[in-house]
Amino acid sequence: MATNTAMKKQTGLTGNSAIAIAMKQINPDVCPAYPITPSTAIIEDFSSYVADGDVDTELITVESEHSAMSACIGAAAAGARVMTATSSQGLALMWEMLYIASGMRLPIVITNVNRALSAPINIHCDHSDSMGARDAGWVQLYSETVQEAYDNLIMAVRIAENEKVLLPVMVCLDGFITSHAIENITLLDKAEVQSFIGEYKPERSLLDIDHPSTFGAMTLQDAYMTFKHQQSEAMTRAKDVVSSVSAEFAKKFGRNYGLIDAYRLEDAEIAIVILNSAAGTTKVVVDELRKQGKKAGMLRLRLFRPLPHKEIADALKNCKAVAVLDRADSMNDFGGPLFNEVRSALYDGETRPKVISRIYGLGGRDYKIKDATDVFDELSAAVKTGKTDTLTKYITL
Amino acid sequence: MATLKELSKKDELLSGGHRLCAGCGIPPIVRLILRSTDSGIVASSATGCLEVGTTVYPYSAWRIPWIHSAFENSAATITGVETAYRALKKRGRIPDRDIKFIAFGGDGGTYDIGLQSLSGALERGHNFLYVCYDNGAYMNTGIQRSSATPFSSNTTTSPAGTVIPGKQEWRKDLTRIVAAHNVPYAAQASPHNWSDLSKKAEKALKIDGPTFLNVMSPCPLGWYTKSEDSIKLAKLSVDTCYWMLYEIEEGVLRITYRPKEKRPLAEWLQPQGRFKHLFKPENSAILEKFQARVDLEWQRLNELDGKQIF
Repeated sequence: MATNTAMKKQTGLTGNSAIAIAMKQINPDVCPAYPITPSTAIIEDFSSYVADGDVDTELITVESEHSAMSACIGAAAAGARVMTATSSQGLALMWEMLYIASGMRLPIVITNVNRALSAPINIHCDHSDSMGARDAGWVQLYSETVQEAYDNLIMAVRIAENEKVLLPVMVCLDGFITSHAIENITLLDKAEVQSFIGEYKPERSLLDIDHPSTFGAMTLQDAYMTFKHQQSEAMTRAKDVVSSVSAEFAKKFGRNYGLIDAYRLEDAEIAIVILNSAAGTTKVVVDELRKQGKKAGMLRLRLFRPLPHKEIADALKNCKAVAVLDRADSMNDFGGPLFNEVRSALYDGETRPKVISRIYGLGGRDYKIKDATDVFDELSAAVKTGKTDTLTKYITL
Repeated sequence: MATLKELSKKDELLSGGHRLCAGCGIPPIVRLILRSTDSGIVASSATGCLEVGTTVYPYSAWRIPWIHSAFENSAATITGVETAYRALKKRGRIPDRDIKFIAFGGDGGTYDIGLQSLSGALERGHNFLYVCYDNGAYMNTGIQRSSATPFSSNTTTSPAGTVIPGKQEWRKDLTRIVAAHNVPYAAQASPHNWSDLSKKAEKALKIDGPTFLNVMSPCPLGWYTKSEDSIKLAKLSVDTCYWMLYEIEEGVLRITYRPKEKRPLAEWLQPQGRFKHLFKPENSAILEKFQARVDLEWQRLNELDGKQIF
């Protein structure tokens, strides 16, 4: 558990500063970067660390996010430990290369500070950026707090580089809400971080000129699917690796993270499922409802890729009505991406709860106590009447 | 500079058995360039003929480490590799050996979709050579126009129709666009002149910083020509002054080859099916316009010869 040493390292930091510090402590070999709001400060801070010699990372100030991810791929194939950060349009511009990074099985780590996608242009938080990349073959970790974002980034290195995984990892945190708000955080020492992540030893490298390898060959009908199958199996294995890395982290540093965060769900009849910072507001409402004797709970997914579907089904198995809150819309007339996956995960349960989709907080629209309360009221009504209002609906409008 | 005999004794780093077409200009260009240094080489390729033709899994023609990631980013990808080299060397994680980095791309991957990535890599000053094999269209996908396609050429997206007779625009002058980045070395070459090409590659690979070679690459498929005529046509592109051999070193332009007798452009165009329509009587004015443009460009280049242009 938290030791005295850890206690004295407690400080107040924004999410961006904490991520930059984690990168400083990781001291990656190469960091190709292109600034974009709201993740810019990560790259600015890191550039200062480079300029001041706090790290000896090679920073490549590329001309676009597409080139950032392309350079990440080149550097990772050359055997370097590689990190970058982006948001929104930046992640969207990387989209082509995200698939190539994962398909080439390169353990690149990226921080995505969640921000809405244009149009209309908006710089504030929602999850449409990382949700747009959900099938790109990246492990996705979501972070409720500054502390969790920092811890996730350190763990991400281990997860990505694990020989059973060898997939890129994306750590998500909410733009402005987490990236710019100052929260209490306990930092590790650089030595602790270095000891936890260890040295990166790639299996093969472009720089091994005595043993030339071809990276990114053309594969046809006889081979492509086999590679994709291997990639898919690696993603399946990633779940246990996330668990074991998190368990080791908890043992060493006292902060315990599961694949999911099940809050007061043991006997819950109604529950909200949510990602990232909005979990905090939801927990406050859960506590309030519990005081009133209502059996409310909350499920937050820390891991979204791979989807911890069994854990989700298990956590929600006693619920009678569930609202899945998405900070992104699939524009499909059938609810948000998280809703569709959570609802599907519940399909095989013995008792299926009512599950509704509520889209909230797009483009930084606030999600308040009243919004969560209203959703729980809807769920209570659904339990009573056995009927739900509408399957999908925008809230916080 | 190495003699032909010496060059011929060097290791073949792009092996035979690849699937590029008979008469394709790319393999002789690549093979010669890979012979132009004694250092280790790591290369990247843009999506395109070279990539597709040399790496159909589980085979690879590359005897050097090689990477392909996508179409528009051969330059950005190699800068990642080159930066990793510096990072890992600095940290003592790889042996201290001299490695050269070469990015290859066709005209589609270089003049068009890859221009931003190339420009960024040049501006950042990475230590690499970018080689564009310019066959004048998107040949890999079936002869669609690029911004390197010659004026009036018939391609599948600039067809010689009854109303519009082929591509209506002049080609982009990429070599000088590259040189305008103040890179230490940029040059144009052609595979028929092995000595000029090899000399330029050797020079480029010795320079510390970003360098660029734009190499004429005949394409029997897209030019509608005979495989055995490719090198002859490369020579004609130079002897007609359509493709001019020059270099820009530290901003100074120098013409490296002058035809003894400048040939009429029609001698290069006529054997190529992509220009067939120009030889119809009603299109004679187009041919004249094309010739006038080539004359003008040759004249302008001569005016710049020996001058500090950047």
